[in-house]
Amino acid sequence: MTQQPDTYSAASEKSNPRIRRTFLQRIWNGLRKAPLSAWFGLIVIAFYCVVALLAPIIAPYGEAQIFPAPYEPWSSAHIFGTDQIGRDIFTRLVYGGRNTMGIALVTTLLSFVIGGGLALAASISRGWLDQVLSRTVDALMAIPSLIFALMLLSIFGSNVTSLICIIAVLDSTRVFRLTRSVAINVVVMDYVEAARLRGEKLGWIMRREILPNIMPPLVAEFGLRFCFVFLTIAALSFLGVGIQPPSADWGSMVRENASLIQFAKYDMKAAMTPLLPAGAIALLTVAVNFVVDWFLHKTSGLRDEH
Amino acid sequence: MHPIVATILQRLGFGLFTLFVVSVIIFSALELLPGDFGEAVLGQAATEESVAAFREELGLDKPPYIRYFEWIGAVATGDLGTSFSGRAASGVDRSRSVAELVAPRLWNTLFLAGMTAVIAVPLALFLGITTALYRNSIYDRTVNATTLTAISFPEFFVAYLLILFLSSLYPIFPSLANIDDTTPFLERVYRMALPALTLTLVIVAHMMRMTRAAIINLLASPYIEMAQLKGASRSEVILKHALPNAWSPIATVIAFNLAYLVVGVVVVEVVFVYPGIGQLMVDAVTTRDIPVVQACALIFAATYIILNLLADIIGTVTNPRLLHPR
Repeated sequence: MTQQPDTYSAASEKSNPRIRRTFLQRIWNGLRKAPLSAWFGLIVIAFYCVVALLAPIIAPYGEAQIFPAPYEPWSSAHIFGTDQIGRDIFTRLVYGGRNTMGIALVTTLLSFVIGGGLALAASISRGWLDQVLSRTVDALMAIPSLIFALMLLSIFGSNVTSLICIIAVLDSTRVFRLTRSVAINVVVMDYVEAARLRGEKLGWIMRREILPNIMPPLVAEFGLRFCFVFLTIAALSFLGVGIQPPSADWGSMVRENASLIQFAKYDMKAAMTPLLPAGAIALLTVAVNFVVDWFLHKTSGLRDEH
Repeated sequence: MHPIVATILQRLGFGLFTLFVVSVIIFSALELLPGDFGEAVLGQAATEESVAAFREELGLDKPPYIRYFEWIGAVATGDLGTSFSGRAASGVDRSRSVAELVAPRLWNTLFLAGMTAVIAVPLALFLGITTALYRNSIYDRTVNATTLTAISFPEFFVAYLLILFLSSLYPIFPSLANIDDTTPFLERVYRMALPALTLTLVIVAHMMRMTRAAIINLLASPYIEMAQLKGASRSEVILKHALPNAWSPIATVIAFNLAYLVVGVVVVEVVFVYPGIGQLMVDAVTTRDIPVVQACALIFAATYIILNLLADIIGTVTNPRLLHPR
């Protein structure tokens, strides 16, 4: 910045002023141009987050509070009735969202820390570390993840900690693949070489040189991975080996109330009860997909179809 | 050697190696078990001797690598070990062999997957080709929107929606797919209609979208323009000129989705109480019956690997360009 061009004129710079926008303004500008589907997705996600965070305030009763009448119909006291042992369905829906989404979020974050970190380390250092990690990931990905998760759960038992760890490790393989494939293109850049020559440590190169340049595909992948993890947890809970009672969660709620569907002819409302948590899962998945689609379109990064 | 044969052999070799690694991973499942497992299986009242005998039967007194080769050798000859359930502290052994448990259920699962494939693959091809033919029409948009929605729904949601509409409100199909060996073929197909339909809805979307994308991708190439300038009709261009070149990606995506079917089948079997191997595995996980879980995991993983291998080979063989890597 010591050398100024000879023909500097204030007027020419003044003629095309660049308005500096604040962070919030830039976000708002992006959002204004977002299509309807993305807006729908964002509103749904925001709504889910508010419900999950304020669950104890929104829910009329306690998470595992039991009322004397099981299978109560929809009424003003119990908006969606009660379940097979007399717990309020609406309350459990609210808490279920909190539990399932919270666990899915923690799992996804963990899988990104493991998978992303290892991938960055592998792509920077190459050599044997890269080979070992890549081949391990290949082998782990050869087993369908739901089957693998079932097998590991049978060994470690079904509790929240092992659920989170197992799914995070299995999912980190896919994060590893994607991160490595985008990072490998950045690692060869001159500025990374420059950083290396200046003697920066591995952590610095990972964090300050490479990560900012591969952010868009990773953010999009985070959305998709969150959906996938969320669906896996819901499926495992539905199968009865995921989140265990008395904690509420959407997957097992579907299973517990499934028999009500048989009475659709007599009481349509009761038959809808098991579909509420299932529908909530589906709605969130659709919403996240809409937002990710828009984000990818905007940043036109990579998309990992699986 | 012909390059195609060499490539296939190379892929086969890699597939075999993957199978080996996977079998090692699944075998190590038993290694990771906590030490007091014998007591957990045999119950509180188990005597020292019966626990010791049980541990010896599992071969826990031998080093792991010897046990691995014994296990894999037994698996290769069809002996999948003995189930943990049915053992009691009293010493009476009512446990059944895993192979005996798995075999009939494996046949049921393959039947379900086969039936789904027979419905889903032609349907996906038909939808993919017609949407490519009439692209951007109302028909194309409707099919696209429907399949996009179906793809983001969890399997059990689709399954229960189908039960609600096709079984509960309008009793066309039974909601439980309970079949056994004596069920006649047509009755079996009728009872399996809903599970097969659920799986079809789940996998058709992806296959159809890939078919459409593969064809539309080709429509931009110069030789298609040539055909159009020659005066070929729209359907002729797509069916005669574009489709033959699109077979390779389409075949790949079909094989991938059949592999995905292996996973999807677990949830669907549980919803419809279908006596398949997926349900067996879930039950075994709940009761922590490790030999059964191992056998099921091995079967699922092997099917998955073989189908993916097949996809890879088909993709290579039908696309001559892949035979000459850079």
